[in-house]
Amino acid sequence: MKILLRGGRVIDPAQNLEDVCDLLVVDGRVAALEKGIEADGETKVLDVEGCIVAPGFIDMHVHLREPGYEQKETIATGTRAAAAGGFTAVACMPNTQPVADCGAVIAYIRERVRQSGVVRVYPVGALSKGCKGEELAEIRDLVEAGAVAISDDGRPVMNGEVMRRALEYSRLFDIPVISHCEDLHLAADGVMHEGIMSTVLGLRGIPAAAEEVMVARDLILAGLTGGRLHLAHLSSAASVEMVRQAKERGLKVTAEVTPHHLCLTDEAVAGYDTSTKVNPPLRDEGHRAALAEGLAEGVIDVLATDHAPHAEEEKDVEYDLAPFGMVGLETAVPLVVTKLVKTGRLSWRRLVEVFSLQPARILKVPGGTLAVGSAADITVINPELEREVHVSRFYSQGKNSPFNGWRLQGWPVVTVVGGRLVMEEGKVLV
Amino acid sequence: MLKSKHLLGLKDLTAEEIELILDTAVPMKEIIQRDIKKVPTLRGKLVVTLFYEPSTRTRTSFELAAKYMGADTASIATSTSSITKGESLRDTAETLAAMGTDAVIIRHSAAGSPLLLTRYIQASVINGGDGMHEHPTQALLDLFTIREKKGTIRGLKVAILGDILHSRVARSNIWGLTKLGAEVRVVGPPTLIPPGIEKLGVKVFYRVEDALQGVDVINVLRIQRERQKRGLFPSLREYALLYELTPERLRLAKPDALVLHPGPMNRGVEISPAVADSLQSAVREQVTNGVAVRMALLYLLIGGGTQQ
Repeated sequence: MKILLRGGRVIDPAQNLEDVCDLLVVDGRVAALEKGIEADGETKVLDVEGCIVAPGFIDMHVHLREPGYEQKETIATGTRAAAAGGFTAVACMPNTQPVADCGAVIAYIRERVRQSGVVRVYPVGALSKGCKGEELAEIRDLVEAGAVAISDDGRPVMNGEVMRRALEYSRLFDIPVISHCEDLHLAADGVMHEGIMSTVLGLRGIPAAAEEVMVARDLILAGLTGGRLHLAHLSSAASVEMVRQAKERGLKVTAEVTPHHLCLTDEAVAGYDTSTKVNPPLRDEGHRAALAEGLAEGVIDVLATDHAPHAEEEKDVEYDLAPFGMVGLETAVPLVVTKLVKTGRLSWRRLVEVFSLQPARILKVPGGTLAVGSAADITVINPELEREVHVSRFYSQGKNSPFNGWRLQGWPVVTVVGGRLVMEEGKVLV
Repeated sequence: MLKSKHLLGLKDLTAEEIELILDTAVPMKEIIQRDIKKVPTLRGKLVVTLFYEPSTRTRTSFELAAKYMGADTASIATSTSSITKGESLRDTAETLAAMGTDAVIIRHSAAGSPLLLTRYIQASVINGGDGMHEHPTQALLDLFTIREKKGTIRGLKVAILGDILHSRVARSNIWGLTKLGAEVRVVGPPTLIPPGIEKLGVKVFYRVEDALQGVDVINVLRIQRERQKRGLFPSLREYALLYELTPERLRLAKPDALVLHPGPMNRGVEISPAVADSLQSAVREQVTNGVAVRMALLYLLIGGGTQQ
């Protein structure tokens, strides 16, 4: 099987390449990357003139919900959503049922991916047994079975001693520890950002400090242990500042931000739309602007969606009662293009770094480049294509998106995974 | 005319709309004082109270208001603890719609529930108190009482005293009072003042002695024991020592200052019995006025007083 992507603008930061050229895929690998490649009779030719051709996007923070919560999402639907959204790989979080805290669950997920997945899936193992934050999970077992990182995502590790040991012990495997920074006592039973909006709406607030104190703790522990710390979904300006300082001191720390924290503020909660209920919460404009700046400057390394699908009836309730989370896979790229790239806040090259190169480096997985010989994971974006978001057309089972009805520009139009064309013009082909 | 057929909060009303409701409540109060307290204005209408939180006075007040206006009433009480496993708000709303309900008064611990209800039902929705968000009819009856006693609201200095953070009564009062031109002060321990409240155009005080200087009205909020358990203040005793409205503290206000309390009162905690029972206290009249204001509201919302 050969595919020729003809006439696109190839952006590959790993090779410092940004030029119009053709890309030939043969047997799952990038075979040639140059101008004027001729196609033979058995080559599928895709005309991508005017489009951005990038190494496959990797979303390192996704909830696929399988096993255990198949009413919310499955590996089949979640990976189709990923392909539709231009992602060639995702890392899935361990808060399934059962929790992915042993090799057998990781092996099961990988088997289900083999049967029903459309894009690559890298499981994240639990940091502690049952994600309870008490005893370390069997991390060797997890890594052996294919886990690429450990995390108790969504269940913050409140015990500093446990976090210290996780950062220390994980050095043995050179894997990142992904931390959801939230002091549960400070967050209490809050449902949105604490500020004037929570005061007006009468909803309980989660102060930015709930994140910041844990970012500070984890950075100190990263310094103590030398472990690789990855901070999930930052939401606060002070967190960005602390990460900046930690990097200047040479700590092994990386950080991510979600498209929704870059594109929305707590004003979006005003209609009590439960799809705006996320953890960490949407914060105010000052925080939002600091996150966008941190991403552009390289303090924040990665864009990740924290794709968190829920069943319709679970979200169609009072704001206080709704579960946290919104879906993100099928809106992430056009949102960031429309709100940051088109407005000049983020370069195309940086977009490719944060969606592809950096997550590949942090997780130490294949991809992140289109160098000849590398796996043919490719994302193609049409920067001018404009359309409206329709949650009813999502491949994801989760329709919990506050972006329904938004007109966005810069949609992914081709997704190639390992040389296989899995999405074209927004339609998933498998 | 009111623009909306719902009343979700005073934030959404104009000063003119608020004044219309207060003006309409004046003749309603006269009806309550009659020997035969009944008019046929809302005959054939069904008014349902849907209460997910315990309440005596608000629910009774709405039911009486509906009955005095000739409407039929039904009440549904559900404890908040069962809503997560019980019937969803959506299904309950659809049941009410199927029964031909004209107006629903909803009280709920979750802010925003009344707005959610409007998405499921054609009937007028009246917010009877939602979480920490709004309690518009309580604020309307407070405004009515102040206006009746003081003649006007414009230019008055009003202090709201107590747990501002958790109080929907405080929020609705702030919207209503500032729209009608009063100068509003809020006072309470720093742990019970919500962030950013000064952006709503109120002055924030921590010391009650500072806040009460020269005020025309003091609205005392109920303090709830659960707040102490969550560590927001050390003890009810210390709260009373710092914030209880005593005769000495009341003397800091204007000599004819009016004292309001939404009830039920914790005597000896946020208000001393001597103040509660003093001539300056309008606590009992607030209850009567509550029925009048709710009659006015039902008339305006389902008796042909809205643009919709």
